[in-house]
Amino acid sequence: MQQDNNTDFEIRSLDAICVNESHLEHKWYHNSKYLIVGILFGIVFVKSEVVSWFRIQEMFRLQSFHMYGIIGSAVVVGMISVWLIKKFNIKTIYSETIEFHTKSFNKGQIYGGLLFGLGWAVTGACPGPLFAQIGTGATVILATLISAIAGTWVYGLFRDKLPH
Amino acid sequence: MFVTFKNRSKHMLEFLKQPWPWYLAGPLIGLTVPALLLLGNKSFGISSSLRHICASCFPANIPFFKYEWKKEVWNLVFVFGIFLGGAIAMQLLSNPNPVVVNPKLAAELAGYGITNYENLVPTDVMNWTSLFTLRGFLLMVVGGFLVGFGTRYAGGCTSGHAIMGLSNLQWPSLVATISFMIGGLIMGNLILPYILSL
Repeated sequence: MQQDNNTDFEIRSLDAICVNESHLEHKWYHNSKYLIVGILFGIVFVKSEVVSWFRIQEMFRLQSFHMYGIIGSAVVVGMISVWLIKKFNIKTIYSETIEFHTKSFNKGQIYGGLLFGLGWAVTGACPGPLFAQIGTGATVILATLISAIAGTWVYGLFRDKLPH
Repeated sequence: MFVTFKNRSKHMLEFLKQPWPWYLAGPLIGLTVPALLLLGNKSFGISSSLRHICASCFPANIPFFKYEWKKEVWNLVFVFGIFLGGAIAMQLLSNPNPVVVNPKLAAELAGYGITNYENLVPTDVMNWTSLFTLRGFLLMVVGGFLVGFGTRYAGGCTSGHAIMGLSNLQWPSLVATISFMIGGLIMGNLILPYILSL
């Protein structure tokens, strides 16, 4: 059984940066924490206009500092937080040790990164903003989201044949 | 005393309705990293939700989608929250004024017939009717496909690589972030003008 779990974790971690294995079993309603973080995050997304197609165009035409300021200051706050968590060995609210995963390099980060960059500038949205844009009532963005899910699926299908 | 408080909360609401400056929004977005780690040992990442949707709805016996997606349900709940957050911001904190952009950009976009700045997306070129034109198809369907395919190939998006990865000092995430920017610069400056001219 333990063996099975490990295999499952390995598959889930493939090309994913956001897999942390929490060993605790929780009831479903514990997920409401993430709903609240998501809601707050979505509000910040809309109010800072990060999810605005126009703001993304400004960014890639180097016509405004706004987006660079947001990403830059988010990274600085993230870095300090991670450093503090490591330095003082801060635990989760369930007293679990926080785990970090090192990311190994593969060529997908370049090829895939370039392809995503092309898509980001066309749609004016990375995956998070797609959900927020639909929330604001831009229902046609559902088509973009479905297409993004299809893109992920096609990647999964051809994964073995692509250079990594 | 009460009047002052009422005035203050009114001013607060007025302030919240304005577009939030980068030095407020950026740190708040950065705080998502420790929030998710402290709440349940979760690394910030959004594009993985697309993979979990594939794994839960259309696994099709593809090894990449054969894993216990139920362990990652938190991620789907999180993106559903982003959707709700978008709706709440629009209903309660909506900015009555159009998005203010660089006049150079506005002049360029006007040349393609994009003049409506009322929404977060350019409704002149992104609407249900234009979806079935070549321009709309390229903007939404092909663009969306590149987002989904590219983020998974790269192993993460702006949140997983640029914010979480860089926060954890992972150099492959820096490579990915630079690649995102190069792709975006090429599309925004060299290719998109032709698509918008269609």
